[in-house]
Amino acid sequence: MLDIPWRDLWRYRDLVTMFSLRDISAQYKQTVLGPAWFVLQPLLTTFVFSFIFGRFAFGGTAQKGVENTPHFLFYMSGLIVWGFFADCANKTSTTFNKNAQLFGKVYFPRLAVPLAQVLTNLIAFSVQFGVFLIGMLFYYVKRNWVADPLHPIHFDPNWRVLLLPVFLLMAGMLGVGVGLIISALSTRYRDLAMATAFGLQLWMYGSSVAFPVSAINDPFTVKLLSLNPMVPILEAMRFGFLGFGTVTLSQFALSGVVCAVVFFIGVIMFNRTEQDVMDTV
Amino acid sequence: MALALKIENLSKRYRLGQLDRKTFVADWKRKLSGKVEKDDAPDAFWALRDLNFGVEQGDVVGILGRNGAGKSTLLKILSQITAPSSGRVLLKGRVAALLEVGTGFHPELSGRDNVFLNGAILGMTSREIAGNFDEIVAFAGVEKFIDTPVKRYSSGMRVRLAFAVAAHLEAEILIIDEVLAVGDQAFQNKCLGKMSDVARAGRTVLFVSHNAAAVEALCTRGLVLERGGLCFDGTATAALASYAASGGEAAATDLNTRTDRTGTGACRITAIELRDPQGRSVKTLAAGDDAEFWLHYEMPVPRPVPSLCVRLHFTTSLGAPVFAQSNHFGAHPFPADGVLPARGSFVCRIPRLPLAESLYRLEFRLQSSFTSAENFDSMLNAFEFNVAAADFFGGGKLPRSDRGSALVPAQWRVES
Repeated sequence: MLDIPWRDLWRYRDLVTMFSLRDISAQYKQTVLGPAWFVLQPLLTTFVFSFIFGRFAFGGTAQKGVENTPHFLFYMSGLIVWGFFADCANKTSTTFNKNAQLFGKVYFPRLAVPLAQVLTNLIAFSVQFGVFLIGMLFYYVKRNWVADPLHPIHFDPNWRVLLLPVFLLMAGMLGVGVGLIISALSTRYRDLAMATAFGLQLWMYGSSVAFPVSAINDPFTVKLLSLNPMVPILEAMRFGFLGFGTVTLSQFALSGVVCAVVFFIGVIMFNRTEQDVMDTV
Repeated sequence: MALALKIENLSKRYRLGQLDRKTFVADWKRKLSGKVEKDDAPDAFWALRDLNFGVEQGDVVGILGRNGAGKSTLLKILSQITAPSSGRVLLKGRVAALLEVGTGFHPELSGRDNVFLNGAILGMTSREIAGNFDEIVAFAGVEKFIDTPVKRYSSGMRVRLAFAVAAHLEAEILIIDEVLAVGDQAFQNKCLGKMSDVARAGRTVLFVSHNAAAVEALCTRGLVLERGGLCFDGTATAALASYAASGGEAAATDLNTRTDRTGTGACRITAIELRDPQGRSVKTLAAGDDAEFWLHYEMPVPRPVPSLCVRLHFTTSLGAPVFAQSNHFGAHPFPADGVLPARGSFVCRIPRLPLAESLYRLEFRLQSSFTSAENFDSMLNAFEFNVAAADFFGGGKLPRSDRGSALVPAQWRVES
């Protein structure tokens, strides 16, 4: 299909795992805390967000009981999904420029590199998700056995948690798609690579990571938010694990379509660039 | 016999110069107006042009050509690192390319991990690598260090390990680019042995090398590339002869009419002469005679060049380096005030020419400084001369011709 070397990629599947293992083991060489950084980063951001935004972001929400959701769970659920997406986009966007030396010497399906990155990010996500589950357990115990009537705790996980793989698939496809598009466009002119990290940060503030959509009262802003394919994923994630979120099935499905389209555009552009990239990098 | 590889009308164009705002605007203007990039655009450079040939299964083909003839581009296209601008390549089976061994080695990982990583990069599955692991390690001779990080390996060990991994890849087509130039003699012989094993097993090998002996010993067929095109196709021995002759043809041509020079031309070499001790211009000199190489130059617009650098590279007829000389080696660059007459000669005097009997060629480079800030003029195979055998050492004996090109005087004694 479209000249994408799927069969080659399958033949090189061991390479994907090996690149990923290499990344993980090389990333934490010469660090004191080692793989703890996987968890520390989202954890610290969660605390910062709870502290800064937690005071007012929930204020105007129309949904009942939301204000009693533990801030830790609210922010962490959003941050780990966002982090997975942003890492996929950010780390794959430098595929060509970072691997120019290797690509210039030996052929293998270039898609193995971004795919390995996704695998690495998935491993990081699982660890972070584990910490999130421990947090859920903590608040579950607190809610049911040490209830404080002045500070009621409200969250309500339901069957939609089973959709987690779908959320990850969508966020991953969108992230890799965006990353591949940037990597393809920035081989000739590197301007875009400069803007990637900054753009992703802006994108985060335009997604419901730091606030629930239900806290937005301005209908125009809500419309604007619905254009962002990450918003339904984040809202659905919270709907599943915490029991509230502003998302309709059609919004969610539309987001899925956008993610898939971006992914395929990315793969096609990447594949086309790969043909003569070694002459320009 | 079945073809293992077929190349049809293969061309590759590169764009010279920097990519910046100007080229960006030009690119989009062209794209928007729907024009195709012109073939003869001033910044276009054709590394390969309309190349056609086929290779039969089990052939061992030596590819010869001077720097810039298109060898590396051809190998890059064959190994799928870059795509051709036009034409196509048909390959039957898996291709293993050894363009530069040891790429993809991660310095922090152990030899063992790197064998698996490198094997995977070359397209082997973990199971294949595990099956060949002991053999690979034994071939490389690094059994003791296999669990040591590769960053502690000597460069020789790294190369041996990398070649060992690649040599055990079960590919139908093997592409090798001068990897044999590294490693000690024993390991080189081992590599050559492995390559002939591969060839005997009916697999196809493409081999790019300046090592005439290796090409002659291993290859059944030889191709000579020149300026992006095929200029000879025949047996390996005939190809080597044609390759040597093509340089001679060039060397016999008047320098002023040659077009294969590069440089700004601010200062140009117009002729080269070899003069014997009597000052006569000659083509053959006896080993041990004092030689003077006269490089006549002209400088159309005189200007001071305080650190002008003249380099002479002496090569064999096949282009293998023999030795190099430069006016900067002796730490007395000329002229003292940097002002050169508009016409004159650079003279390089080599007392007691220490070369064995053979044919030699000369490459010159004329630069504004030793580190080459500006290249004025340079040319390969600019001059050719013969050295005749003579009693260089005074004892009536000479080393065998296959022992190298240098005659080095020495004093011997016994000590206890």
